[in-house]
Amino acid sequence: MRVLGIETSCDETAASVVGPAGVLSDVVHSQAVHAEFGGVVPELAARAHVEKIGVVVRAALERAGGQRPDAVAATAGPGLIGAVLVGFSAAKALAAGWGVPFIAVNHLEGHLLSPLLDDPAPCFPFLSLVVSGGHTALYAAHELGRYELLGETVDDAAGEAFDKVARMLDLGYPGGPLVDRLAATGNPDEVAFPRPRPGRLDFSFSGLKTAVRAHLLSAQPASDADVCASFQAAVVDCLCRRVSEAAALTGLRRVALAGGVAANGLLRQRIHTLGLEAFVPPRSRCTDNGAMIAHAGRLHLLAGRSSDLDCGVRPAWQVGA
Amino acid sequence: MRMIRLPRSDDTFALGEALGRRVEPGTVIAVRGDLGAGKTLLAKGIGAGLAVPTRVQSPTYVIVHLHPSGRLPLWHADLYRLSGEDELEQLGVDEAIEGDGVVVIEWPDRVEGWLPADRLDILLEHDGEGRVATLSATGPRHRVLEAVDV
Repeated sequence: MRVLGIETSCDETAASVVGPAGVLSDVVHSQAVHAEFGGVVPELAARAHVEKIGVVVRAALERAGGQRPDAVAATAGPGLIGAVLVGFSAAKALAAGWGVPFIAVNHLEGHLLSPLLDDPAPCFPFLSLVVSGGHTALYAAHELGRYELLGETVDDAAGEAFDKVARMLDLGYPGGPLVDRLAATGNPDEVAFPRPRPGRLDFSFSGLKTAVRAHLLSAQPASDADVCASFQAAVVDCLCRRVSEAAALTGLRRVALAGGVAANGLLRQRIHTLGLEAFVPPRSRCTDNGAMIAHAGRLHLLAGRSSDLDCGVRPAWQVGA
Repeated sequence: MRMIRLPRSDDTFALGEALGRRVEPGTVIAVRGDLGAGKTLLAKGIGAGLAVPTRVQSPTYVIVHLHPSGRLPLWHADLYRLSGEDELEQLGVDEAIEGDGVVVIEWPDRVEGWLPADRLDILLEHDGEGRVATLSATGPRHRVLEAVDV
């Protein structure tokens, strides 16, 4: 069964076809218009999705051999409502036109399940750390559709902290790769940034962001590279510490990374040092993509689940309890 | 206009909590301040004062979070990435302002002309290690909040 997946929840217009043998095509158009604004501008994002969606979907279908897919999946949320609506509506129209099932997919579940596309893939149950610009959450993934939220950010997402630190240093947008690159030349022990420990297995990055700002305004701030390296080390420490604690608490010995921050070099390295079996998707599968949506939709369809064509978008859709 | 010193971050939260206990249907609070000034922390306090059971996180990514289950519905918006006022319509914020909820808006300067004339403006500024909040009610409905007990 071949499934076309469409993803437009933020600033990537993406489409992909996934079949039994894996990913047949994976097309991503990243919007460049947001760089000068230092972040995604919702109105521009929705407009750019409208412009690109046809081209991207056609390319995904052609690269997969041009066959009509057996179902269409799309992100229904969480995300920017105007942006989500573009891909969601296009997917429903295609499903209706072709007379094939439609599956509304949760964006976070798409990320969470994306490591299953790789070889080797983690078997259920596993720990899943989903870290991106909008989300930071740690789940116990018990089986398809059953995810237990173990901890999440109490304030800013990890990727948001990267973006905001990049903005303070005038590095540009998106901040993650720029901070990562600069951090590679800096000393991670130069500045002792805080590693907050809120309750449960939660995360907190707002205070860290404020600490970076305070340091930059101090009499003798460290070099940008040292600030980036020290900041990045603090974020990765917080993330990895919670993964270790979650493993001890749940007894789970497998952990998978997902989301844009999973492309971070230090995190990808450190996750292998925790004494767990770690699954790290290729960088192209960490940032938003259509394959993860097609894949999640396909798994749900194989489990007998699809969505009504009159269902709506869910901008605040959460995963797990 | 009223200035309140907030030496510790707990004080920012407590100010929010005090406001959250006093807010009424139709309250609009516009929170201004730099990165790291404590805008989201203040919103978290307001949520606590409203007995909102859901977690108040930074809404930067999806622009608006609705917390429907407290004493009153709480709409928490972060307009940092908005390009203009027409976008508020599709996000549902304009409806919230006319409804019976409470609206807290971070980065309101993006939609200055659209803000209701009667609201509470709060400016958070860095002051050494701590912060200073300046509260100004711009109309009669919000005077009581300006005078809130902290």
